[in-house]
Amino acid sequence: MSNIPETGRTQRVQIRLIVIQVLVFSLLLTLGGRLWYLQIRNGREYTDEAKSNHVQQVVQPAVRGSILDARGVPLADNETRLVVSASRTELLKMDDDGKGVLTRLADVLGMKPKDVFDKIRLCDAKTAQPCWNGSPYQPIPVTDEATTQQALQIRERAEDFPGITAEPTAVRRYVAPGKANTAQVLGYLSPVTDEEITKAKDTDSPYLRSDQVGRSGLERTYDKELRGKAGVTRYEVDNLGRVIGQAKDDKAEPGSSVVTSIDARVQAVAEYELNEAMKTARKSFDKNTNQNYKADSGAVVVMEAKTGRVVAMASNPDYDPNAWVGGISGKDYARMTSKKSNYPLLNRAIQGQAAPGSIFKVVSTAASVNAGYSFDGHYTCGSSYTAEGHTYKNFESQSHGPITLGQALEVSCDTVFYALGYQQWQKDGGLQPKKNTKDWFFKTAHQFGLGKETGIDLPNEVTGRVPDRRWKKDFWKANKDTWCEQAKKWPKKKDFNTVLAHENCLEGMKLHAYDSINYSIGQGDTLVTPIQMATIYAAISNGGTLYDPTVGKAIISPDGKNVRMVEPHSHGKLPASAKTLKQMEGALAGVATRGTAAWRFGGWPQDKIPMHAKTGTAEVYGKQTTSWFATYTKDYSIVMTISQGGTGSGASGPAVRNIYDALYGLDDSGKQDLKKALLPTPQKSLPKIQHDGTIDAPTIKPYDPNSQKTPEEQTLAAVLGRRD
Amino acid sequence: MAGFSVSRYAPDRGVWGRLTARDSVVRRLDWPMLGSAIALSLIGAALVYSATRGRDSLNHGDPYYFLLRHALNTGIGFALMVGTIWLGHRTLRGAVPVLYGLSVLLVLAVLTPLGATVNGAHAWIIIGGGFSLQPSEFTKITIILVMAMILAARVDAGDQLYPDHRTVAKALGLALLPMVIVMGMPDLGSVMVMAVIVLGVLLASGASNRWVFGLLGAGAAGAVAVWQLGLLDDYQIARFAAFANPALDPAGVGYNTNQARIAIGSGGLTGTGLFQGTQTTGQFVPEQQTDFVFTVAGEELGFLGAGLILVLLGVVLWRACRIARETTELYGTIVAAGIIAWFAFQAFENIGMTLGIMPVAGLPLPFVSYGGSSMFAVWVAIGLLQSIRVQRPMSA
Repeated sequence: MSNIPETGRTQRVQIRLIVIQVLVFSLLLTLGGRLWYLQIRNGREYTDEAKSNHVQQVVQPAVRGSILDARGVPLADNETRLVVSASRTELLKMDDDGKGVLTRLADVLGMKPKDVFDKIRLCDAKTAQPCWNGSPYQPIPVTDEATTQQALQIRERAEDFPGITAEPTAVRRYVAPGKANTAQVLGYLSPVTDEEITKAKDTDSPYLRSDQVGRSGLERTYDKELRGKAGVTRYEVDNLGRVIGQAKDDKAEPGSSVVTSIDARVQAVAEYELNEAMKTARKSFDKNTNQNYKADSGAVVVMEAKTGRVVAMASNPDYDPNAWVGGISGKDYARMTSKKSNYPLLNRAIQGQAAPGSIFKVVSTAASVNAGYSFDGHYTCGSSYTAEGHTYKNFESQSHGPITLGQALEVSCDTVFYALGYQQWQKDGGLQPKKNTKDWFFKTAHQFGLGKETGIDLPNEVTGRVPDRRWKKDFWKANKDTWCEQAKKWPKKKDFNTVLAHENCLEGMKLHAYDSINYSIGQGDTLVTPIQMATIYAAISNGGTLYDPTVGKAIISPDGKNVRMVEPHSHGKLPASAKTLKQMEGALAGVATRGTAAWRFGGWPQDKIPMHAKTGTAEVYGKQTTSWFATYTKDYSIVMTISQGGTGSGASGPAVRNIYDALYGLDDSGKQDLKKALLPTPQKSLPKIQHDGTIDAPTIKPYDPNSQKTPEEQTLAAVLGRRD
Repeated sequence: MAGFSVSRYAPDRGVWGRLTARDSVVRRLDWPMLGSAIALSLIGAALVYSATRGRDSLNHGDPYYFLLRHALNTGIGFALMVGTIWLGHRTLRGAVPVLYGLSVLLVLAVLTPLGATVNGAHAWIIIGGGFSLQPSEFTKITIILVMAMILAARVDAGDQLYPDHRTVAKALGLALLPMVIVMGMPDLGSVMVMAVIVLGVLLASGASNRWVFGLLGAGAAGAVAVWQLGLLDDYQIARFAAFANPALDPAGVGYNTNQARIAIGSGGLTGTGLFQGTQTTGQFVPEQQTDFVFTVAGEELGFLGAGLILVLLGVVLWRACRIARETTELYGTIVAAGIIAWFAFQAFENIGMTLGIMPVAGLPLPFVSYGGSSMFAVWVAIGLLQSIRVQRPMSA
C-alpha cells in the first residue's frame, strides 16, 4: 500500500494548491477593478474620446451677408470664384500620397509643385505658413483664382485628378461702388484663431475652423449677423477615415445683410473731396514752419443731424480692403501697418484724436452761459490777454473791442474765452482749489459727450480727452517719475523740455491758470475725435439731442422676411437751454455768412438752406496746425479735419462746401438743381426687398467733381490767407 | 484499485439510460465548468461576429466568414473534449511521450519553410484552405502532460512523498526544449505562458521550495539577460516602451493599447449594445477578433458584459481548482494545476493588455478569441479536467 494519506494529498501540495487558487483569484479581481476604473469611474472621458475618434465634420461655409448702402447698393458682397481644392483623405489613399496628382495640378494651375504641397500640408507647431489649419477632412483650397479654362481642364480630366475639385465658391468682395471705397468703415476679415475658437466654444455662436472673422469696422461689429451658420455634416468614419455613416446634417444658413445709412454716392464725394483737400493743402505754404503743409491724414464725417446716422465717413490715408480677401500677403500687411504709410487701417473719424481748437468754442460758450454769463453781454476782445504774468495772443493778434458771446463765436475771438476761462479758474480757487469746485468748462464738456466714446457701432472708438483736474492728477501720477528724473538736470540745463519737466515734476498735479486758459479755446491737452464733434454739431442742429452715431441701419434676414432696424439712441442732451441753442445757432449761421467761414460759402442759398459753421485751427506742439471745419444744416452735420493741413476754412472749407453742393444739388452760384441732388433730405426708407429676399440696388455713377464748378471758381479756391 | 471502470459492473442499459444513470459519466461531469466554457464560447462567437462582419479586407466580403469558422473551431474543440473524456487522462498518459514528441516536431516545423509569420510572430504553419496551425498552443498541453507524467510517476507509485531533484531536473529539461524552440520563433507571449505553466506544475508537484524559488530567480535573471543581451526584437521592445508610457507615439506602437482603452472605457456600465459599438464598427482596434476580442465586450456589452466574462472565467478556474484539490493522484493534480496556471495567466495577460495594465503580447483569450489552435487546445484542456473529475473515486 502507498503511504499517501487518505485524502490523496500531502500537506505541502494542498497548501500550494490553495496558494495557486488565491493567486488566480487575485488576478481576476485585479482585472475586475481595472475594468471598473476604466468603464465606470472614467467612462465619460473615454466616451468623449470615442466620439472624437469616429465622428468627423465636413463644413460648408455659410455665404456671408452683404453690407449695403442706404439705397441697397452693395458695399461688400460676395463674388463667385473658381476655387480648386484638394481632399487629403483621397490623396493619402494613393500609393505616392497624391504627389503625382498634385504635381499635375500645379502644372495646370501654373504653380510650383512645392507651393501646392505646402498649401495642403497640415499646420502644426513645426510647420510655418502656408499650411492648412482646418480639419483634414475638409477639402483644402489650393487657389481661389482659377480660370474657367483651368477649372474645365481639371473637371474634364477627372480621372487624372482624383481628390481634386474645382467648384465655384463665394468669396468676399469689396465693391467700392462709384469709387466709394469705405475701407475703414467696412473693415476686413481674417481667419479665426485657436484662441477665439476656444473662447466661443460654449457660446451660442461657436466658430468653425474654417471661419473668417470680422476684424474691424462693420465686418466686426455685425460679424454675428453677417456670418450666418455654416453647414456641418458629421460623418461617422472608421479607423482609415472611410465614411461608414452620416450622423448629422445641418444645412448652411447664409448670413443676414446689413443695410447701412451710408450713401455710396455721398461717400464717394466725401472720399474724393477729402483727398483733394489734402492734395491742395500739400501744395500750400505754411509760413510758421516755412514749408508746405504735410496734410498727413484727415477724416470727414457726414451725419444725419436728426438721427445720428452716418451718411458718409472717410478716413485718409486709406487702403483697398480687397487686399485682405483670400489671406493678406506679407508685403501688403507690412505696408498697411507701417509708419511710413501712416497706418491706413486707422479709421481717423473715430480713432483719430486731436485738439479741436476753435470748433470747441461752442462748448465754451455753453459753459459760460451755464456759469452765469449773459450770452448778449459785452466782453472785451483784445489782441492779447494777460494773466499770471503770461500773455496769450488772440489769433493773428486781431482786436474787435467789446463784443457778445455770439460775436465772439462768429469772429472766433480767443481773448474773450481766455478771460472767461481764467475767471472761472480763479473762482474755483486758482492754485488752491476749493472743496467743491464748479468746473463749469469741464463739466459742460463732459455733458457734451467729450472724453468718452460716442457709442458708434464701429469697434475701437477712442475717447478723446477732457483735461480736467482728475485727469491732471492721474497724468501726473503716471508721469512724475520720468519728469522728476529729467528735472534733475535743471537748473544747469534750461531747454524747453527740461524746464517743462521741472515744472511738471513739482506742480503737474495742479490745474494751472494756463491750463484753463488754453482749454477755453480747445487747446492744451484737449483731444476730440471727428465723430464726437459731428455728434455735437448735429445736436445743436436738432435742438440738443446727442445721438449715438450709427452706420448700420437695418439687418435683413437672407429670405428678406425678417427686418431688424437699428434705431437711433440718444446718449444725452446738450447742457444748454433752447434759448441759448438758438442764440448759438444764430452765431454759427453768422460764421457762414459773415464770419470766418463766409468766404467759403459765397453764393450759398442761406435763406433756403440755412448753413451753420465753425472753423478751427488747432496748434500742436512740434507740428503744423490741424484744420477743423464743423458745419451743419437742418438735416446734416459735416465735420472735416486734416492733420497738419493748415486753417479750418482754408484747408477743409472747399471740400465741405462741395459735399454740401453734391447733397443738395447746388452749383457754386447757389442754384439748386434737385435732379443733380444726391440726397436733399436723408434717406428714410429701406431699399426694396423682393419676395425671394434679394434687395434692389440702383446703379451708381461715379462722382464728377466738376459738375458744380466753373473754371473761375476753381482758381478762386486756390486763394489762401483768410484768418480763421 | 486504479484503472477500474465503473460501467463494467453496471447492468446493461440503453444509451439514454447509460447517460442518465446516477453513476454515469455525464452525471459526474463538472457542469458548472462545462456550462461556463460553453457560455464563453457563445459570447466569443457573438463578439467575433461583431468585430469581423464589417472587416471586408479580412472576411473576403462575407460577414459570416469568421463566425462560421469560429463555430466550426468550437465544434471541433468540443469534439476533442468529448474524445479526451472518453479516452480518459490516464489512458492518454501512455501516449504522452508520443504526443510530446509530435508537438516538438511541430514547433520545429515552424522554423522550416513550412512556417509562416503572423503579426511579427513566426509561429504558424499554413495548412491551406484558409486554415493554419499554431503548434505552440498544443505544446502548452504536452508540456503539462509530460511534466506531470515524470513528476508524478514515482509519487503515485508510492515510492516517494515528493519528486526528487533528478526527477524535477528531468521534467524541467523536457519542458525547456520546446520553450527554447518557441522562443526562437519568436513567440514571446507563448513562452511566458509556458514559463508560468512550469511554475504551476512545479508548485503542485510538491517539488522542493528550492526548485520553486530557483525557477522564479532563473526567470527573473533570464528576463534581465534577454533584455541586456538585446535578444528582443525592436517591436517587442517598442511594446514594452508603449506599455510603460502609453502617451508615447499614440499613432504608432501605443495605438493598439490606446484604442483598446478608448473602446472599453466608452462602454460604460451597460455598453452600446451588441453590434452598436462605434469603435468596433469603425475598426479602430486592430486584431479585434483575436487578441483584442475583449474590447468588443467592453464597448458593446459594457461593465456588466465584460464583467460576466471575468465571472465565467472565474467559475472555470474555481472548478478547476476544486478538481485539482479533490483528485487522489498527483498526476491529475499536476495536470489540473498546469491548466489553471495556463488559463489564469493567459486570461490575465490578454485582458490585462487591453486594459493597459500588461504589455501587449500576442495571446488569445481562452474560449472567446477567434483562432482554431487555441480553441482546440483549451477544449482539450477542459476534457482533461473533466476526465480527472470523472475518474476520481466517487466521494460516496
